[in-house]
Amino acid sequence: MHLKYSLKTAIVGLKTNRSRSILTILGIVIGITAIILISSLGAGAQALILGQLQGMGTKTIAVLPGRQPKSLMDATQIFSDSLVNKDLDALKRKTNVPYLAKIMPIVFGADTAFNGNESYRLTIFGASDLVTKIFDIYPTEGEFFTDEDVRSRADVVVIGSKVKKELFGSASALGQKIRIKGKNFRVVGILPEKGQSTMNFDEAAIIPHTTAQQYIFGIKYFHRLIIEANAEENVSSTIRDIEITLRNSHGITDPDKDDFHVETAADIISRLGVITSVLTLFLVAVAAISLIVGGIGIMNIMLVSVTERTREIGLRKSIGATNGNILFQFLLEAVLLTGIGGAIGICLGAVFSFLASLGLSRVVSMDWSFTFPLSAALIGLFVSGLIGLVFGLYPAKQAAKKSPIEALRYE
Amino acid sequence: MKIIEVKNLSKIYYSSPKGRPRRAPAGGVEPYKNDGAETHALRNISFDIEKGEYVAIMGPSGSGKSTLLHMLGFLDTATSGTYLFNGKSIDEYTSDEAAKIRNKEMGFIFQMFNLLPRTSVLDNVKLPLFYSDIDASKWDEMANDAIESVGMTYRINHEPSQLSGGEQQRAAISRALVLNPGVIFADEPTGNLDSKSGKMIMETLQHLHEDHGNTIILITHETYTASHATRVIRLLDGEIESDKKVEHRLRAEKFKK
Repeated sequence: MHLKYSLKTAIVGLKTNRSRSILTILGIVIGITAIILISSLGAGAQALILGQLQGMGTKTIAVLPGRQPKSLMDATQIFSDSLVNKDLDALKRKTNVPYLAKIMPIVFGADTAFNGNESYRLTIFGASDLVTKIFDIYPTEGEFFTDEDVRSRADVVVIGSKVKKELFGSASALGQKIRIKGKNFRVVGILPEKGQSTMNFDEAAIIPHTTAQQYIFGIKYFHRLIIEANAEENVSSTIRDIEITLRNSHGITDPDKDDFHVETAADIISRLGVITSVLTLFLVAVAAISLIVGGIGIMNIMLVSVTERTREIGLRKSIGATNGNILFQFLLEAVLLTGIGGAIGICLGAVFSFLASLGLSRVVSMDWSFTFPLSAALIGLFVSGLIGLVFGLYPAKQAAKKSPIEALRYE
Repeated sequence: MKIIEVKNLSKIYYSSPKGRPRRAPAGGVEPYKNDGAETHALRNISFDIEKGEYVAIMGPSGSGKSTLLHMLGFLDTATSGTYLFNGKSIDEYTSDEAAKIRNKEMGFIFQMFNLLPRTSVLDNVKLPLFYSDIDASKWDEMANDAIESVGMTYRINHEPSQLSGGEQQRAAISRALVLNPGVIFADEPTGNLDSKSGKMIMETLQHLHEDHGNTIILITHETYTASHATRVIRLLDGEIESDKKVEHRLRAEKFKK
């Protein structure tokens, strides 16, 4: 057997019914296109999310109230009141957490802000002046409030770009007052537009956490403590120090009974990574169904082809083709057919996902980058060949076991 | 030297009760016998063929001549009896070995030509080489030689649909010749041709017999065609009616290239 001539034979076989061959591989083309498109967009989404999260910084540690959720159904008290001022002071002590560089408590909630008759529903962050450094966001107009404002529970607010637009339109907002929960806040700074990010500051108003606790939410605890270690390599020991300090402060001896938990950017990244991967995999599995349907189409057409070419099979056998030769010929044809379908699907998938990434970055104005998953392409090519092999086997066996005399007699 | 020895060969087709003839499995005696009707295609046939003979097997349709040819050509197996090809029984060959014998030592010419459509004469003639052990670098030369020997070089790149019936059959003959087999089986080679083309095919066969020393086994129902052979075996209802040397052999005009 000579592979070159086998291939030539297979190509002639496929060319003989050109339009039928094209229609047959359509199922495979669509299936592979969908898989490439989905995995490309999945990889793009993952890159986008990770890119934004990395903006949060790898030295950042978040302390949350309530224990670590053990599963999706675990009813964790997100708004548990376990983190209080006492903890803040304990963590700030150098002897407790030596590598702590910054610590910022956060309280948050949703409320409506008013400017005269204009109103806007926004997120209220109670934080400190460290927001600028931890989230790397600085007011484009005015200034951020100061540490002194936090201590004195000042009525000052830094607003996001969307809030400014909704409440003030094109008029100047700086120095103006907005009303939240019946209390007037002076706008001291306006943040630049940042788009969807870890924290959506565009639709937020940031006020000193002391003010927020007392006047807006009426609580004594914090929703988060954001801590930054002085260096990346000290993150893990800092986490340990935080846990020990908080257990001491809360009088907990058994770590299983912690009423708080610690998260790092890396934790969030890996968790989101898992979510996007699972989602992508699920969509790919759905797309794979079309491949099976396509495979059945291939089998059907190959059976027709075997019947049509009964005389050819008889002739080939009479001039010395073995059953194995015939089997190989039809199998190769099926694999070639699906392989071509797979290759076309990969190209189309790449084109479509490129167009989709262009569209997404333009329409949604997100920083979406085109990712071509080479592994998905290789797997796609392999899988399409495999489908040819699996679904081509039965027709090829039918061809191989034809009796030469009956085949030659076939009209 | 005897190239073909046939002794007490019988072929019985059993038709299933539903009336559809059941075929025998490749390479074996039918394992099933049922209450369906039996058709005796061949009954106790015995004859020998020497190397270099030109034998015509004649008989009306249904006489079993095609069945006999298929068995001689390793395309079918007998129900009983022995068949030795080159001194070896067909039962001693596996189906792959039988395929190899068909490839190397037998050439087939059919009434319907059986050329591959949309494939040039050259590629059609190369087809047996494809299933042989011969190195691909020699294929072109061998195919060219075979095509030249039937005077078809001027049509070498034509496809079957562009050829006349006679030309198609000559292309088919060169395909049968390409591996220089000892025996050529021709099943009604002129059956689909006009008399002029038929004559040309008979000239070609005679040329192979006389100048190349091929053994030729020709199936026909035409007395005129059979009279080109050196020996005529007549079949009737699956039995040999007569087996005679041809005394006044009809000589086709010497084949000219």
